[in-house]
Amino acid sequence: MSAPVALRDASVVLGDRTIWSHGTFELPAGSLTAVIGPNGSGKTTLLKMLLGLLPASSGTVQVFDLPPERGNTRIGYVPQHYTDHVGNAVRCRDLVRLGVSGTRWGLGTRAAEKADADAALAAVGATDVADRRLSQLSGGQQQRVAIAQALVGRPDLLLLDEPLANLDLRNQREVVDLLGQLTAHGVTVVVVVHDLNPLLPHLDGAVYLLDGHAHYGPVAEVVDAELLTHLYGTQVKVVRTAQGDLFTRGA
Amino acid sequence: MGLLLAGAGWQSNWASVLGEPFMRNAFVAGSLVAVAAGLLGYFVVVRQGEFAAHALGHIGFPGATGAVLLGVSPLLGLGAFCVVGAVVIGLLGARANERATATGTVLAMATGLGILFASLATRTTSTVTNVLFGNLLAVTTGQLAVFAGFTALMALVLAVVGRPLMLASVAPEVAEAKGVPVRALGVVFLVLMGLLVTMAVQAVGTLLLFALVVTPPATALRLTARPSRVAMGSIAIGLVAVGGGLTLSTMLNLPPSFFIVAVSFLVWVVTLGATRRRFPSVEVAHDHDHHHC
Repeated sequence: MSAPVALRDASVVLGDRTIWSHGTFELPAGSLTAVIGPNGSGKTTLLKMLLGLLPASSGTVQVFDLPPERGNTRIGYVPQHYTDHVGNAVRCRDLVRLGVSGTRWGLGTRAAEKADADAALAAVGATDVADRRLSQLSGGQQQRVAIAQALVGRPDLLLLDEPLANLDLRNQREVVDLLGQLTAHGVTVVVVVHDLNPLLPHLDGAVYLLDGHAHYGPVAEVVDAELLTHLYGTQVKVVRTAQGDLFTRGA
Repeated sequence: MGLLLAGAGWQSNWASVLGEPFMRNAFVAGSLVAVAAGLLGYFVVVRQGEFAAHALGHIGFPGATGAVLLGVSPLLGLGAFCVVGAVVIGLLGARANERATATGTVLAMATGLGILFASLATRTTSTVTNVLFGNLLAVTTGQLAVFAGFTALMALVLAVVGRPLMLASVAPEVAEAKGVPVRALGVVFLVLMGLLVTMAVQAVGTLLLFALVVTPPATALRLTARPSRVAMGSIAIGLVAVGGGLTLSTMLNLPPSFFIVAVSFLVWVVTLGATRRRFPSVEVAHDHDHHHC
């Protein structure tokens, strides 16, 4: 089986600025990949490219062996805190249903769509908050509901933009474990993050946007003090605990 | 209240006045506005369309007075300006909201033009008052037909685009990624808003239309977050405001706009008070009690 995401010498130019170039990598099916890099290095841009919202300026980008195209039902997308301004006005259940019915014209919600939404809510452990308004949930619960909306169409590739931002450690861990479970079911997960640490228990590799280039490396290669120090422009240490846990810290 | 009653003059024959044909027209027209506002209401609130409602009211003003100057129906001028204005705001997208200074300046210019047109056509003092403050009692049977047509069109369009419009409203980035025509739906929504504003101006005027276009759905949204129930609740509140307002204005022989706005305001205040505790801030979301909303 070929890779769900494959880039070959891809670059992206916005206006007259090259955001990044030399993007050549393949993401393995069923893997959890982080996208890391300093602010403005083009992490969200990469997701938008895979979604077909931004064309590659050169090179090729393929998602499931096809050029990216809007409306690809094999992709689920969780943008960064999109629920901020509407959280008060929407029930979680309705929001998740829209993930499957929101592209259909005409009236009425089909029974199958309702069942799919309920299944997605159950899969992320949000069944008991389904009838609440989004704004009444904690940040971690909101993130699960957002993920449920992306999962409801049973995507093979899940793209998440900063899903761990503003979450406390416990909620971060719960969301990451959920992503790990999805990869175990064969879903390829790509996560934009600022901090690799919460992902490390399930992480397979990372796309790192560094010096205007997009690189990919498996986890052993990426969690490297020298690379991370270069990446963030500040001293970073990689620590392995006696239990074998890996984490990075600012020195 | 005593002073108001004395100044107003109690109408002892108010019940028979309510049966007059012009009053029937007023009830039907006001009810159609309430229904149209309820149909569009959920989207108005979720899309933060308050600004657009406000802006379209201002843009419609020179349309109405200009139409009188040209000797055509003010409703026609109002509708044309509102719809064209809606398309322009829709094409500007979020920028119209962000560029507060530019937008405010354009709106001031529009209102200025409205006054200019009005003073050029000398016989339009009443038009100016009617457009600014509304006059349901002046609605003709012909206008009723137009209102009914607008409302039916709105229902039809929303039946088709409602769900994608909802996705585009609550999660625009997801909608865009899924291939939903977000920008086009935004324009469609604003054109419907233009039709609604055209109707609402006739009922309560450009200065008060907020009370019929925004307040009822915003009030209903405090009671329920289900879109169909927000629509029904908003329609109910709008009908109470129009019906109650017209009845009170007949009893006291005063223009209806004030009373319509007052009833809408009152329902909002009561709902606000009654639902204060149902809008927990984040703390309550952490514990796991299951009170429904």
